[in-house]
Amino acid sequence: MSFISLLWVLLLGSLLGLELIGKVPPTLHTPLMSGANAISGITMLAALTLIVKAEGNVPLLIIGSVSLGFALFNVVGGFFVTDRMLAMFSRKTSNKK
Amino acid sequence: MNLPVIIKFVIDLLAVLLLALGIKGLSKVKSARDANRLAAFAMSLSVVGLLSYYLGTSGIAIQSWIWIIIGSIIGSLFGAILAKKVPMTSMPETVALFNGCGGMSSLLVALGVAIFPISGGQENFDFFKSLINEVSISVSIFVGAITFTGSIVAMAKLQGWLSTPGWTQSKVRHFVNIVFAVASFIAFFDLINGNTSSIWLLVIVSSLLGIGVTLPIGGADMPVVISLLNSYSGIAAAAAGFVVDSQLLIVAGAMVGAAGLILTQVMCKGMNRSLVSVLFGGSLSAQSTASSGSGEYTNITSCSVEECALTLEAANKVIIVPGYGLAVAQAQHTLREVTKKLEQNGIEVVYAIHPVAGRMPGHMNVLLAEADVPYEQLKEMDVVNPDFPATDVVLVLGANDVVNPQAKNDSSSPLYGMPVLDVQEARTVFVIKRGMSAGYSGIKNDLFDLPNTSMVFGDAKKVLNDLIGELKDLGVGEK
Repeated sequence: MSFISLLWVLLLGSLLGLELIGKVPPTLHTPLMSGANAISGITMLAALTLIVKAEGNVPLLIIGSVSLGFALFNVVGGFFVTDRMLAMFSRKTSNKK
Repeated sequence: MNLPVIIKFVIDLLAVLLLALGIKGLSKVKSARDANRLAAFAMSLSVVGLLSYYLGTSGIAIQSWIWIIIGSIIGSLFGAILAKKVPMTSMPETVALFNGCGGMSSLLVALGVAIFPISGGQENFDFFKSLINEVSISVSIFVGAITFTGSIVAMAKLQGWLSTPGWTQSKVRHFVNIVFAVASFIAFFDLINGNTSSIWLLVIVSSLLGIGVTLPIGGADMPVVISLLNSYSGIAAAAAGFVVDSQLLIVAGAMVGAAGLILTQVMCKGMNRSLVSVLFGGSLSAQSTASSGSGEYTNITSCSVEECALTLEAANKVIIVPGYGLAVAQAQHTLREVTKKLEQNGIEVVYAIHPVAGRMPGHMNVLLAEADVPYEQLKEMDVVNPDFPATDVVLVLGANDVVNPQAKNDSSSPLYGMPVLDVQEARTVFVIKRGMSAGYSGIKNDLFDLPNTSMVFGDAKKVLNDLIGELKDLGVGEK
């Protein structure tokens, strides 16, 4: 992948992010922040790459593993906590109907 | 193109699509929960895609598998436990903690690549490629470190582990932070010039910069800071994407970064604060105590819980204004019992939710939802404001600045221009409050002096419990 095409990817990704969040009701600010936060743990892929390419270099394996741990803490925790928050809203609306 | 490459390409494309749909769906109440699960699915899909690619090409050594499993189990386990155990009132600091760890992960990846260059890098070495690598490693470390330390400080402040030290409110802090910033840039360029030893300097000064910038910010502005740091962690992930050459990381990171910025902007608007004043203005209370110690309260009416109950019983329409104090007292369940009684007596009850009620936009909605308050009874500020003149009783519970009429009437007030709830338009206002202390802004609340306002002093939970007792004695809610 050439650098220029990666820059394109960056640009289009940013534009997509700007477009996606249009009108958000204040109710959802906290869950949205927490959900987006979980997605930012996508660095777990970088950590995985590091571990796979470490080729027996133990310090690098450890760094990769710790990094993977931090990222998954963010991802798993983030999605669970968002789900807990959102579960309350959906329970309310379904009760009424 | 061989098969593993094609498979990975398709999976990555699908993952990006699902992530985008996930973020989109999270901004609507109806679809939010499914959207969150969709995003989680997309993330697991991306892992499958990456692992299958390596299995199909270079293979994955046993040793790597071991470290992958160790890291994943420990990280996921702690994340899941914390997410299940943490009380709803501490949601903002939990998000801050998760976010900080995401930043830490990007930082570690960049450090790892910088200290032990990934094999295969040397054979097709070219200057442009290595320059990009160095820049993206530096950015990843810089943003990752700021995200980590900033988030940890934000969490500690929200938890009450850290107060705002006095010196951070003086002008000295700008000087200190400028020194940190300049030092990071020197380290940054030194690193790009190929001096790898300056990587540690970059780690240290950017960590200090994260602390230095976050520490002076007052508790009321913390949600904005967390949202901004959330955006940073996206940027750090995108930078890490350049480091390991992954388009998926760049797209997802950029999406989160951009979405986080928009959300930060929306939050700032709700609080009538600019991002610049949040970041560099210091704590609001520190600036304003001197300027608007404008007078003492002259006309405070205090009343007993019994009187409050009597007035409530006679009311037709009651609006509840919950605030941060309610969350601290953990009184949302008790409040729900009170309102249930009122509703059983045929009294219309509505909750007025200020955009920044609680500690984070939407936080109060989550807390009330936890206490089984029907979603339909929560009204946003713009919707509920015209209703106050036709309201008999307003109960203000632990809210202060968001009901201060100064924001509308007094152009010299630091609060001036902030959108507020017009509770003073109602016939009677009860303010349940521990004492006469000021709110976050440290500003006198003109509402308390008005003739139709009565103060009920006491802890929110205790007052509400007493109120339930009084209402019982009056026979309210026992039809």
